[in-house]
Amino acid sequence: MQLAGSRFTDATAMLGNDLATLPNFPAEIRAPAGTLAGVSAFQIHFASRDILTPGDQPNVLVAMNPAALKTNLSELPRGAMVIVNEDAFSKRNLEKAGYASNPLEDGSLSAFRVHRIPMTSLTARAVEGIEDASTRDAGRAKNLFALGVLSWLYGRPTDVTKQWMQKKFADRPAVLMANLAAFNAGWSFGETTELLDVQYRVKPATDVPPGTYRNVNGTTALSLGLIAASVRSGLPLLLASYPITPASELLHALSRHASLGVTTIQAEDEIAAAGMALGAAFGGRLGVTATSGPGMDLKAETIGLAVALELPMIIIDVQRAGPSTGMPTKTEQSDLLMAIHGRHGESPLPVIAPSTPGGCFAAAFEAAELAIRYRTPVILLSDTFLASSSEPWQVPMVPELPSMDPAFASAAEGEEFLPYARDDRLARPWAVPGTPGLAHRIGGLEKADLTGNISYEAANHARMTELRAAKVERIAEEIPPLRVDSEPGARLLVLGWGSSEGAIRAGVQRAREAGHVVACAQMHHLNPFPANTGDVLHSFDRVLVPEMNTGQLAQLLRARYLVDVESFCKVQGQPVFAAEIEEEIARRQ
Amino acid sequence: MSAVVTGNGNGDGGGAPVLTKADFQSDQETRWCPGCGDYAVLAAVQQFMPELGIPPEKIVFITGIGCAGRFAYYMNTYGMHGIHGRAPALATGLASTRDDLSIWVVTGDGDSLSIGGNHLIHALRRNVPIKILLFNNQIYGLTKGQASPTSELGKVTKSTPFGVADHPFNPVSLALGAEATFVARTIDRDKRHLSEVLRAAATHEGAALVEIYQNCPVFNDGAFAALTEKETKDANQIRLVAGEPVRFGVDNERGVARAADGHLAIVDVADVGADALIVHDPHRLDPGLAFSLARLADNPTVPTPIGIFRDVQRPVYGRSLPTRTAPATEVELAELLLGSDSWTVG
Repeated sequence: MQLAGSRFTDATAMLGNDLATLPNFPAEIRAPAGTLAGVSAFQIHFASRDILTPGDQPNVLVAMNPAALKTNLSELPRGAMVIVNEDAFSKRNLEKAGYASNPLEDGSLSAFRVHRIPMTSLTARAVEGIEDASTRDAGRAKNLFALGVLSWLYGRPTDVTKQWMQKKFADRPAVLMANLAAFNAGWSFGETTELLDVQYRVKPATDVPPGTYRNVNGTTALSLGLIAASVRSGLPLLLASYPITPASELLHALSRHASLGVTTIQAEDEIAAAGMALGAAFGGRLGVTATSGPGMDLKAETIGLAVALELPMIIIDVQRAGPSTGMPTKTEQSDLLMAIHGRHGESPLPVIAPSTPGGCFAAAFEAAELAIRYRTPVILLSDTFLASSSEPWQVPMVPELPSMDPAFASAAEGEEFLPYARDDRLARPWAVPGTPGLAHRIGGLEKADLTGNISYEAANHARMTELRAAKVERIAEEIPPLRVDSEPGARLLVLGWGSSEGAIRAGVQRAREAGHVVACAQMHHLNPFPANTGDVLHSFDRVLVPEMNTGQLAQLLRARYLVDVESFCKVQGQPVFAAEIEEEIARRQ
Repeated sequence: MSAVVTGNGNGDGGGAPVLTKADFQSDQETRWCPGCGDYAVLAAVQQFMPELGIPPEKIVFITGIGCAGRFAYYMNTYGMHGIHGRAPALATGLASTRDDLSIWVVTGDGDSLSIGGNHLIHALRRNVPIKILLFNNQIYGLTKGQASPTSELGKVTKSTPFGVADHPFNPVSLALGAEATFVARTIDRDKRHLSEVLRAAATHEGAALVEIYQNCPVFNDGAFAALTEKETKDANQIRLVAGEPVRFGVDNERGVARAADGHLAIVDVADVGADALIVHDPHRLDPGLAFSLARLADNPTVPTPIGIFRDVQRPVYGRSLPTRTAPATEVELAELLLGSDSWTVG
């Protein structure tokens, strides 16, 4: 189903609609088919206007079996279209899904426009004549039949999908033929039967700025951002990671680019992955490690060392629902406090968070800029939703990307090298092995100011603690201010961070359409906060902070700015919905 | 001796001005306990380093936590004193992105075999081009006297008042089990042997593991006395020399031979004849015999092999694939960003 969904997405993108997607699948690789636990879903929201979220409530549900119907029906608004694979509603499948009676027969779907299509048998018939196509191939091809139906229903171009199939199944002609036949059969079914009484035309989006676009999910955007940072800094990129859901996707994405000077290592564990990134950073490389959930716990020790060594390093945390193993494929924003505080000792570092899939590119690029400029580890907080959700992204022009100067130290005649001397930003020299005259030793033990020699001196420790904190705090002077989308008379600010941006903007838009006066803003810098954050908070009567955790940003804002912010917390492993934001705004008017 | 080492893949060798021991001594005051075996190893390493012909700025020492961890501060090279057990991971990141450097890891028995055991075995099986010096004193020194993973059974320490109950690791066995391509054992007090082993490790392509029996005079004094004291050492040091029969003893009267069931046994030469002794071959690809040699002694209070157990060639980590070190060009980046399914608006 993920495959059918991503094909529909590509065709939609090529047509010029704006879109957002949300894949939703279980952690089990092959959960028993037909059971509630085994349902894999793909949601897409598209339009000829600016799309901000994958949508709260789908207008059309395609259910390939009773379990899929049961798991997703509660998401639908009244009057939604439900297309079911009638063949799959057997007694056994109904039992597996926990239905006492057949919902297609018992009237329980009367609030919806239900279309019953025998997809399994129609696909089997379409595939029948194809030489070498097995029953199994036919069984699998029914998803392509469904794609064909939907492609007709929404007038999607078919050539994009067919070309993709030809490429994908080039070495398996029977599978290719079966899938093409199923897809064509689905399309023809839509066209020729009177079962579907409508066909929708969604025109290309018109409010899109001119430029070149492609469809990206957060993972792809992160990988491109890291490579771009490598090119613009001249630093070869090393990513070390340990397989973990969902962050492994970034390892997969970058491991394909060895020919572009990207080194990837599948480390023996999360700790080693962080160590390898830091070791590469010591050697003057762009060292990156990526993880999710429990992997972040394991990296804390190395991140602390990076804070002490004051070396550039990027740690990407694709957040997922916790604690412990939690729900590996479900999204959450519950690592914020951990990213900021989750190490022993005073160990401050910058934390940034992209808010859209495409925004992951800029965030990865910025993480490298901050790391290099300030000689510090940087934590980038993505999440499962951003990683797998996709949207059209305007491809940047390479010369327009800022260049970064790693400014490696070199020996100056007659001058003693001081590894912990500092520049205006309080950043120390990056002296890489191989540089004559600068051989020096660094380590996790407290260092004397300037020389970097081991020091247990009381005043020195206080000074170093203060310097490390001041360096990170000073970043606030160089990051953009918090931008508020406000209207005159707004007394309520909805302030989010990370992947909730689309839902917040869409919710605010709807609230405004309903006559409410409200402002919104999205934080991309979580440590330090933008310099104007306090002023912004104090200029509103009420501040609502929606988060997919139990109020972590709210807690930080309250502590730092003494503002009585209100939380809207959602910890269901699902993104925040626009309707929820709209409702929370309405409740406060 | 001033041999210029080349072909170790870790340094460009040659062409450097002649260096001396002093060039490798940092300005930091050494702070190990008086009589610590670490002093002897440090002196031997500093004295040996000029032989490599590699300028100090191309050499990196990465260490973990423990007394041995301080080693990095005393070498006038690039150095990183890392975190407990993680030195091989840090070194792997550096080695896989900087093949122009000579990278050395200094670790202890707790650091490498307990908290860092996983990193050690993976660095060895990957054959990362790093040289690992494992200072084995069979005790936790820095934390003041707890049992280590190499402490002998029954040993009473602060953390084991009723004696160690955990079966100890034999570091050489472990490294061979991880299929390390270079595995050796030497002794802090035997400078000549130590230097020979370091030399061989330095010229080895790929990962080298050198276990150094190192005396801790404060918490585990005399642990290796059987191998270091004048009265006992000849009877207990089984010196492994490539191409030579494995033979030892005050009058070379003992040796190692295969027993009837195939295992290795210590024998009297007079009983079996000199021809029955095995001839040591560290270049044998099959690590089985080297492993059997390592198993001759669980604890260095009995006759114990020292020397190079294994020295074989296997692809070095990161060099079996064609690699490119320079980042992509701007044109390549532009192509990558564009992808294959882009469209243009306006």
